[in-house]
Amino acid sequence: MARKKRKFPQIASASLADIAFLLIIFFIVSTTMDVDTGIYRLLPQWVDNVEAPKINKRNTFVVLINKNNDLQIGGRFAQISDIKDRLKEFILNPQDNPNLSEKKEEVIEGIGPFMRSQGIVSLQNDRGTDYGAYMQVQNELVRGINELRDEYAAQRFGMKMNKLSEAQQEAVKKAFPTAISEAEPQEIK
Amino acid sequence: MSKFNPKGGKKETPGITTASLPDIMFMLLFFFMVSTTLRQNELKITTKLPYATEITKLEKKSLVSYIFVGSPRKEYAASLGTESRIQLDDNFAVVNDIRGYIAGEWEKRDEADRPKMTVSLKADEKTKMGIINEIKTELRKAEALKINYSAKKRSVETRNN
Repeated sequence: MARKKRKFPQIASASLADIAFLLIIFFIVSTTMDVDTGIYRLLPQWVDNVEAPKINKRNTFVVLINKNNDLQIGGRFAQISDIKDRLKEFILNPQDNPNLSEKKEEVIEGIGPFMRSQGIVSLQNDRGTDYGAYMQVQNELVRGINELRDEYAAQRFGMKMNKLSEAQQEAVKKAFPTAISEAEPQEIK
Repeated sequence: MSKFNPKGGKKETPGITTASLPDIMFMLLFFFMVSTTLRQNELKITTKLPYATEITKLEKKSLVSYIFVGSPRKEYAASLGTESRIQLDDNFAVVNDIRGYIAGEWEKRDEADRPKMTVSLKADEKTKMGIINEIKTELRKAEALKINYSAKKRSVETRNN
């Protein structure tokens, strides 16, 4: 029953390159390279006519941006580059300055008793503030908090934040939460 | 000069072999397939994103909905002016449309994924905060609380410029 072996004609591969080339062009045209990046933020739940919770004045770090994109921290004009260090000083409050944030001992899982700052950043802006300026301030605030976390992680666990285990990262995040309140815009002179 | 060609005959240049060309092309093709993502929206507005240093990558594109804010492109500027506009999907929208859009996006996702849904706010850096705040209020009302202020990476060295 053995049939005579038939020779297959070779498939021409000369056009393979052209086909692949066509596909490449299709992919270049229809796709984008850019990776989406940004600053994550969790908005507060919407509640109808609720009174703002009373927060001690010393526990608020007020950052104002007016419509000319001028910056004020705690009522005084400041530069964008000041924000980070002012925020860190406000949260850490090493000398227990009564004008800076209050610290309360709390037990945090994975860390133990920790003098956690009760401070909250209140970021206020005008309707006419530029989004770019607002983002710069947001960025500096996040940078301050990230540096606090890094420093604490180095001191407590001897490693930078991104080298810690997930549970440890969570603990450090609890110790230094992203407490930024983005108030409704006000008319700021 | 014919040291290496003692017979002194005419030398023919060998043709470049094209056998490996398809392989090269396929390599390039795979590179592009892996490293890029499909374009999703046709932008009708221009958004020059702000720069930031403390950014994180948006994971799981399927869980992200986009809100674009910026001034209309040139071809639309004649009818719409240059004021900042909102774009949802492929169309211009107003602030009041956001809630419906979010509800629609919510419906599109699997039930398990819904809590992880993120709204990426792609706003031009020249946009005024008034419109951004209105959007934020609408998002809060629509209970889309996870948001991402889209920004581009800026190297640390040029931060204060």
